[in-house]
Amino acid sequence: MTPKLIYGILAEFKDTKSILKAAESVKIEGYINFDCHTPFPVHGLDDAMGLKRSIIGYIVGFGCVMGASGGLLLQWWSSSIEFPIVISGKPFFSWQAYMIITFVLMILGGAFAALIGMFHLNRMPAYHHPLFNSKNFQKATDDAFFVSIEFKDPMFDLDDTKNFLVSIGGKNIEVIEE
Amino acid sequence: MTDTTANKLQTYVDEAPLVEGDHNFSTITDKICSIVESKPPRGWLIAFLFSFSLLLILQGSIGYLIWEGTGIWGLNNPVGWGFAIVNFVFWVGIGHAGTLISAVLYLFRQKWRTAINRFAEAMTIFAVICALVFPGIHIGRVWVAYFMFPIPNQMGMWPNFRSPLLWDIFAVGTYFAVSLLFWYVGLIPDLATLRDRAKSKVKRLVYGILSMGWRSSHRHWQNYELAYLMLAGLSTPLVLSVHSIVSTDFAVSLLPGWHTTIFPPYFVAGAIFSGFAMVMTLAIPARKIYGLESIITIGHLDKMAKIMLVTGSMVGYAYAMEFFIAWYSGNTYESFAFVNRAVGPYAWAYWIMISCNVIIPQLFWSKTLRTSVPVLFIASIFANIGMWFERFVIVISSLSRDYLPSSWDYYTPSIWDILMLIGSFGLFFTFFLLFLRFLPMIAMFEIKGILPEADPHHEEVH
Repeated sequence: MTPKLIYGILAEFKDTKSILKAAESVKIEGYINFDCHTPFPVHGLDDAMGLKRSIIGYIVGFGCVMGASGGLLLQWWSSSIEFPIVISGKPFFSWQAYMIITFVLMILGGAFAALIGMFHLNRMPAYHHPLFNSKNFQKATDDAFFVSIEFKDPMFDLDDTKNFLVSIGGKNIEVIEE
Repeated sequence: MTDTTANKLQTYVDEAPLVEGDHNFSTITDKICSIVESKPPRGWLIAFLFSFSLLLILQGSIGYLIWEGTGIWGLNNPVGWGFAIVNFVFWVGIGHAGTLISAVLYLFRQKWRTAINRFAEAMTIFAVICALVFPGIHIGRVWVAYFMFPIPNQMGMWPNFRSPLLWDIFAVGTYFAVSLLFWYVGLIPDLATLRDRAKSKVKRLVYGILSMGWRSSHRHWQNYELAYLMLAGLSTPLVLSVHSIVSTDFAVSLLPGWHTTIFPPYFVAGAIFSGFAMVMTLAIPARKIYGLESIITIGHLDKMAKIMLVTGSMVGYAYAMEFFIAWYSGNTYESFAFVNRAVGPYAWAYWIMISCNVIIPQLFWSKTLRTSVPVLFIASIFANIGMWFERFVIVISSLSRDYLPSSWDYYTPSIWDILMLIGSFGLFFTFFLLFLRFLPMIAMFEIKGILPEADPHHEEVH
């Protein structure tokens, strides 16, 4: 029998206050590859886990610029180059009239960038994940709070990490296999 | 400071709880998931069969329209825009409340929105679908609908980007797409909840695919929340622009009664008014049937009634201002158009509009009436009727009496016009009932986030 690979250790915490404290202790202890799982975003966890601000704003900004410039380009090219036709004596490039569609496509570009950017940063869709092997983990979308520490973390040690999670108040400690 | 003064001050600072009753995280999950997981109540089935038969009426009428042509409608020579355009503007307007609740109130940190945002957004999407049907069939030759889009074609033709009708296609199309994205992004964590609770394999698979493998990770929540904020920020100017752009369909033309600069803000206020009325019409029966009174509280209905009062009064102000400007401009045609609205052949429609949109919302000055569920329900239905008539008055009265008296004519809808209007409600309610049956109608994770125990410091006294 081949030995099963370990993904990491999962520990349950009872409320938002304890998960905040736990996240802070895990960070202070020096772990890097760890995560918190909460049924709703708990404010303050960013700082407790030592995370930097998400870069999604830049992605959305890029999407907006692409949408707006693409929209203006489409209108300029199709009305002035590809199909120039005089309508009510207006110039081919009637930029004032083109602003509305430019604006609307800016929003559309930004919105798709937000969706795709979020999926990309979160590596979604990811239909398989070792954490789904845990039956208890299903409560993470209901009312339970979890901390998971991954095997690939340089400080990871099966017994030490387990004891550490118990010492900061973790319940239902579970070793998750790949 | 003594303890008593601190307590006294605290009562001023504390808001009434947004969720009433003895709820915690798991009771919220149970309550909302059980709607989807248990058999629907008998009322749902009856409502679904009724709406579905109305939907069949719509499909039948559209089939006949395509077969026979737009001659089956009551359109005549001056009135080339009949019920189809009235219905289009009406449904787009209904769609405004969803995004307003989810985006604008989100940016303003109005936490009460969490109880109603999910189904208001769903309502938006279905209303915009209803709206998009009408211009689609109004073009007559539906098989050339692709002429409206900038698609390279064999004729080498491109659409006219200077036309408000084309702005409209982009605006409403974008609105639909962005509302759908916003709604779907909001659904992902709740779909994961349904996935984790699913008993049958099919359900687990379907909810599993839709939830994209969400695992409640905080590293994900961080990107998720910022993406949601960005979508809210993008939707806010969008929601204000969509009905403004719809109003340019009218305002950019030269017809008396249409050619006014007040149209964009006036349309937006009307849209928000009608949208909140529809949210109320849907929320009141839904909270009763599914026993959600502790989540969608009287306080929520009260707040919505206040918004209806504000927007209804804005609409009333716009009606008055239109009259003033028509007189002040000294333009004979403009003055005639407005006097004709109030006393001409369509005066009946005008006064229905005034009573439903301006007079009825004034009831909401009273706190007693604002918190009475039957009054709210009836007033919201009147507001829906009034807003439909507003579009009817704008479209029909101006078209039927333009510059030359020799070309005036009275518009009467045909039976097909009426069947399509009724049928569009079938389309709307069929979608809405399916949504109630298969998706969580309240944003569970957001409700959990506003419970007192979600605050890590809730035990400490501030």
